[in-house]
Formats: sequence, C-alpha cells, structure tokens
Amino acid sequence: MSELPFGITQKELRIGIGIAVAAGIAALLPLFDQGYYLSLSVNLMLYAALCTAWTLFSGPTHYVSLASAAFFGLGTYAVALGVESIPFPILVAFGAVAAAILAGLVGAATLRLSGVYFVIFTLGLAELVRQVVTWAQAKFTGKTGLYVFTDFREMHIFWMLLALTIAIFITGWLINRSRLGFAMQIIGNDETVARHVGIDTARSKILLFMISGAFIGIAGAICAPRYAYIQPPSAFNPQISFLVVIMALLGGTKRLWGPLVGVVPFIFVMDFVAARLPNQMPIVMGIAFLAIVYFVPNGVTGVLEKALAKWKARNAPAPQAVADKPAEVRP
Amino acid sequence: MSLALSVRTVRKQFGGLVAVNNVSFDVHDGELFGLIGPNGSGKTTMLNMISGALKPTSGEIMLGHDRISGLAAHHIARKGVARTFQLVKVLPSLDAEENIMAGAVFGHQRLWGEEARSLARQLLERVGLGGREHMPVSAMTYIDQKRIELARALASNPRVLLLDEWLAGLNPSELQIGIELIAELRAEGRTIIMVEHVMDAIRTLCDRCVVMSSGVKIAEGGVAETLSDPEVVRAYLGDDDA
Amino acid sequence: MQIIVTGILLSGTYALIALGLTLQYGVARIMNLANGETLVAGCFIAFWLFASFAINPILGLFIIAPLAFAFNWGIYQVALKPLVDRAKNRGQLEVDSILATFGLMFLLQGLMISGFGGEYHSYQFLSERFEIFGSAYGLNRVVAFIAAVVIAAVLYYFLYRTRLGTAVRAVAVDPNSANLVAIDVAKVAAVTFALGGALTACGGALLSTFYTFNASMGVTFTMKALIIVIMGGVGDVRGAVVAALILGIAETLVATYIDPGLTIAATYTLFIIILLVRPQGIFGRRTT
Repeated sequence: MSELPFGITQKELRIGIGIAVAAGIAALLPLFDQGYYLSLSVNLMLYAALCTAWTLFSGPTHYVSLASAAFFGLGTYAVALGVESIPFPILVAFGAVAAAILAGLVGAATLRLSGVYFVIFTLGLAELVRQVVTWAQAKFTGKTGLYVFTDFREMHIFWMLLALTIAIFITGWLINRSRLGFAMQIIGNDETVARHVGIDTARSKILLFMISGAFIGIAGAICAPRYAYIQPPSAFNPQISFLVVIMALLGGTKRLWGPLVGVVPFIFVMDFVAARLPNQMPIVMGIAFLAIVYFVPNGVTGVLEKALAKWKARNAPAPQAVADKPAEVRP
Repeated sequence: MSLALSVRTVRKQFGGLVAVNNVSFDVHDGELFGLIGPNGSGKTTMLNMISGALKPTSGEIMLGHDRISGLAAHHIARKGVARTFQLVKVLPSLDAEENIMAGAVFGHQRLWGEEARSLARQLLERVGLGGREHMPVSAMTYIDQKRIELARALASNPRVLLLDEWLAGLNPSELQIGIELIAELRAEGRTIIMVEHVMDAIRTLCDRCVVMSSGVKIAEGGVAETLSDPEVVRAYLGDDDA
Repeated sequence: MQIIVTGILLSGTYALIALGLTLQYGVARIMNLANGETLVAGCFIAFWLFASFAINPILGLFIIAPLAFAFNWGIYQVALKPLVDRAKNRGQLEVDSILATFGLMFLLQGLMISGFGGEYHSYQFLSERFEIFGSAYGLNRVVAFIAAVVIAAVLYYFLYRTRLGTAVRAVAVDPNSANLVAIDVAKVAAVTFALGGALTACGGALLSTFYTFNASMGVTFTMKALIIVIMGGVGDVRGAVVAALILGIAETLVATYIDPGLTIAATYTLFIIILLVRPQGIFGRRTT
C-alpha cells in the first residue's frame, strides 16, 4: 500500500476525488439555467452550507442550536453596513468574526451547563439580536433598513455558497483528524473521563461552536447581495434557525454529510408549500419536527445505516467461537 | 523523601452532611499508599477531591509545591494526577489503542500522532493486552476493561496515580494478576494511592495507609500496625471483636 | 412607585404562566415549548366566550381551566408519554421533548393562525380607572392580579396540604425515589402536566383582559416563562413567583425609562446574569 502524504487513507482519497468531481459538475449548473432552477439551487446550496456548519457543532455535542438566524443575520448586516466603502471579502471576514464572537459569548454563558439551557438561550437569541439591531439602527441612523447594491448576480452567489460548503466539509474533515476532534469524541463518550484526562471540555465546545457560528455568518454575508433592501426581520428571520434544524435532523447528524440527505428533499417540499400553501408553512414545519422525533430520530442516514448493519449481519460468515484467552501471566 | 501529595485539614460538607471531616495525611514519592475504611467512611469522596471531581469545602490539597484543591479536574489532570474509576469507564466508541491514547494526548506531555500511538501500544503490552490494539473495548471482559483504564491512566505518566477500588469484582486468579501488576508499578517507582476493600491486597502491597471512618481519620501509619489498631478493628467489625 | 405597582400587577399573570411551565418541566420533566400556545388558546377562548356569550373572563376560567386540563392531558398521553418511555436518560428526554413540543408549537400556532387569523385582538373588560396609592391603573389589571393570587394560593394549598400535591412534590425532587415509595409516577406526571396546562391557560385568559393579543405571540411568552422558571429554580413554586415579580418589575422599568422595544433585551440580561451567577436559580438545588 503506497503511503500518501499527511496520513490520508485510500478511502479518504477516493471520497475527496468524488466530492471534487461532484462539485465540478454542480458548478456548471448556472451555465444551463439562470431562472427558477438557479434560484432553487441557490437555496439548496445555502441550506447545504448552513446545515453542515450546524452539524459541525450540534452533531458531536448533541446540543441543539437554534441560534443560526442570529449568526446569519450578523453576517448579512456586516456586509450591508459596509458595502459602499469596504471591499466585499473583508466584509465577509467581519461577518465571520462577529458571528464567532457572539458564539463565543453564548457558549461561555451556556455550554458549561446542561443542553436545555443552551437550547432555550439560542431560541430567543435571534429575536434578541434583532431587537437590539432595530433599536440601534433607529436610534443612531434613523433608518429602518439598509440598501445593498453590488455587481453580484445569482450565479456568483451560487458559486460562493458552493465553495463555502466545500470549505466547511474540508474543515470538518480536518477537525476530525485533529486534537479537537479527538477531544469531542471523548467528550461524546464520557464527559467525566474527558475532564480527567485533561480535556477542558467547556473550551472545546465553545471553540467548536465558534467555528460553526463563523461559517453560518459567512453564509449570511454571501447572501446579503441577494436582496436590494435589508431589514432586521428578514435578516434575523427565526425561520432560518428552525429550517436548519429540521433539515439537519431529517438527514441525520451522525455523519457530516448526513444533513445533505435532508436538505435536498426538504428544499423541494418547502418550494412546493411556499408556492401553493404559503400560510401553512408553520404547520408543515410542525409536522416535520414531530415526524422526525417520532419516526426518524437518527435521521434518514440513521435508518439507512441500521438497514446496512442488518444486511451485513445476515450476510456475514458464521461467527467463530471467541476463544476465552487465559489471562496472561507476566513472568 | 519528598512529598508527592499533601492533604491538609480537608473538609467536605454536602448541606448538613459532613462526608470528610478535617482529614490530613501525606503521601511520599514512590509510596504505595492505602486509603481504607468501611463503607460510607468518605474515602471515595476524598479521592474525588484529589482528582478534582469535587471541590473541598475547606482545607488544602498540595501536589508537590502546587496547590490543586479548588482547581478544575482537567487542570489537576494536566498537573500530573490520573485515576481509574470505581465503575470502570472505558470509551465505548473507540478501540483499545485509542482509549489509551486518550490519556496521553491531553496530559502534561501532550503527545500526538505516531508518538501517542506507539506509547499506547507499549502500555497495551505492559498491562497484558498486547496484540489487541483495534479490538472494540465494549467487547472486552471486565478485567480487560480495567486494564485498559489502568493503561489510560498510565499514559499521561502521572506523578500520582489514583486507583479507586481497582481490584473490586475480580475472581481469585484475576485478583492475583491485578495485585502483581500493581506491585510492578510500585517497583518502577510510581506513587500510587489506592482506595481498597480487599484486605489481602492492602497487606501485600501498601507501604503505609490511612484509615477513615465516618469521615474522620482514625489511624495512619504502616499497614501492620494500623490494621491491628483496636479502633480500626472496631470500625470494621463492631465492638464485640475489638 | 407607579412603575413598581404596574410591574407587580403584570407579574401576577406572568407568575401563573410560569407556574404552569415549572410544573410541566419540574415534575413531568417535559420542556414544553408549546406552553405559549396554550396561553394563546386561553386568550382566544376567553375572548370568544366574552364576545359571543357575554361570559366574563373570570367566570370563563371555570370553563377554560378544565378544557385546558383535558387537552394537555391528552397531549401528554398521546405525544409525550412515548418519549418518556423511550428515553434512556433524562438528558435525552429533555432534548426529545424540546423537539417534539417545538413541533407541536408550530402545528398549534399554524392551526390557530388558520382558524383565528393573524390580526391583533383585544376587548374591553373592566377597563375603568382604579386607584392605588393615588395613581390610576386599569381595573382589569387589578382584577387579573387578584385572580392570579387566588389561583396561586389554591395551587399552594393543593401542593402542600393534599396527598396528591405531596406526591407531585415528591416526583419533582426524584422520580425514582418517588416510585420506590409507591407513587404512581406516570399518573402523577400526566396529571401535573395537565394541571400546568390549565394554569397557563388561566394565565392567558386573565392576560387577554388587558393585553392585546394575536395568534403568533406564543413564542415570546414561552420564552419569558422559561426564563422565569429557570431564574426561580426548576420545579419550585415560590421561585416562579419571586422570579415573575422580578421580571414584571424589570420589564416595566425598561419599557418606561429606556425603550419599550427592548423588553426582550431586559429579559435576556436577567437570564444571562442568572446563568453566570447562579444557574440553578434562586431557590434551586445545585445537582452534583
């Protein structure tokens, strides 16, 4: 077996090439359609990025974050505030940093405590940030919204979101191979043991949350040019937080690519509902949550993996009797 | 001999219940120190305070010259204290090798990659589980899981090793092996504090010990003298046998 | 001074809502994010009874409370008990119940918006002047406060002077031990959950007498109730009352002196302070 650099395994290399090919094909889409399908694809790519970034944190820790809208809105606002004078990439970086700082503060306040506090805190976070931004904007600028005019068109946004999604996957892969990833695995197995082998569990969780939040902030920044006029209620729309959770849980959060399985079908469902039954969106979301909790708690990938394990067990060779090795006596 | 660990008038109170009542003792470098007493005497609470799982209500615990009482468990671990648990805590989703690496990666030596892996393999051999690097720990027998936990604790090269009833639940031949393993560790010069009920092990292994009863220290010294102390006998067996 | 009194009057209603949630979370161990929807339903039913049948909301409580009790009992048995049975530990039950009641919240809210529309409603009930210490307040607020106090007193009597109430408190402390002393934990949990829903619905009915309500405000009240429950200590009745008082006064202070649009910020600031300083709440016990 040839030795690959950085200790990459053959399997990982195959997956990497597969993703590169898929991404290459996806990138060609805007050349074929510039209307409805491109718009749908932008939504798809947006939620692919958001759900994967969400799963980076909420997958290993099992802490359900409802804060996505807050980070997203911060990213959007970072761009909206400076788009007239500061170059776009720097604004995106600002958005990432702002989101990371917010994530750090929220994490420091709640991640030392049980998961319930975290969920409750993040539930209202987007509303809180929205209230503060609305108040600050009215008080200091007298306006209620910001104009964003750029040269970016839908297809540029699509490509940027595609690049972001790939970046998130690569980051997830790197984290898995790093000390932080190992620490998260140990924390997930037994938090007491984690603390006793020297892991600062609170710091690890906070760091991971900040990385996840920063990516969500970047997604928000990238999407800012989509709308000409940005207002707090749409930038900090709580529905974003809920949809991210639905799609990620629907897909399954044990693997980083799990959420994609949930994103693709749900985007189509959402599109259908938005077009035919726009007022019933909350009912659809409610049913989706309930269905997930009761029927697919580990997501679709959970169901698939269970089926695969059963199939493997049925087709496996007859198990050999495990010899009870006599305990070795040291000389 | 220098002091590895020093417990100074440590007290732990839970609401109205005093679990540990102004207990003091010293552990020297290289000693195998026993912390014994009947059930409910506060010895596991004491151990938990040393490892940082609990904070003392008052008093101090010193590791060498460093004060460790009041620090969070991960800080104490990084300063060189490692432990096993009464109910064995292995990491079920990791294999044997990774379980042991967990001890080495975050301790004060901060090993990673191939270094950590080879140390884990050495320790696997050391505790008698050589060749089973990739075996899932959830499939192992109880004594083997205990050995993994011990190897994990050793992986951080701790200054003080805490064993919380590590010999409990073993059949006679496993007990023999366990006692020999601990004796070897002592021969290498490790400082070990053992909370234990198995009297044979205490007699054969420990240099000195401290006996607690109802939160109070009732004896301290060499093993033979403390175990024949009438107070100690009374604590374990009641008045008739003193 | 006037602000303090206004705050206190407001806190009476908040206390009822929080009491409902603290029973559901502290005893039945269900983090009920759909709690606010029960509140909103209480508002609408009180409104409907008043507008269609001229039944005043205080009398309406005697209809609303049993209705809400039955409805919440049904929800517990159908939707939540399977999660309780399935959960392997408390942490998993909490997360599962959050997600399930989250779904319920959307569902109920969507149904209410479809049924009642999204507009704001209010009605006139006892909105005459009432003087306390020389300042004028709405009589409806005063009556709502008194009704809340009465209901809370009845609850206190139930919890501390009756057998079932003592069983409820036992399950709040430790369901496993309660099981060992022959308490039917499953039945107590179901009854308590239903009782919590009834309390919240009463809070909603009283709220509707002086507050402009609409079908989508449930989430805001759920959040406030959650924060009050945590501030006061989960499962602790006195704590919920004290924390409701603090929140009611703080909100009124912020709305008057700083900006009425920053009430959520005020609530959150209190929440953050509690989390940093004393996460188990004012009367809560720290779990080791």
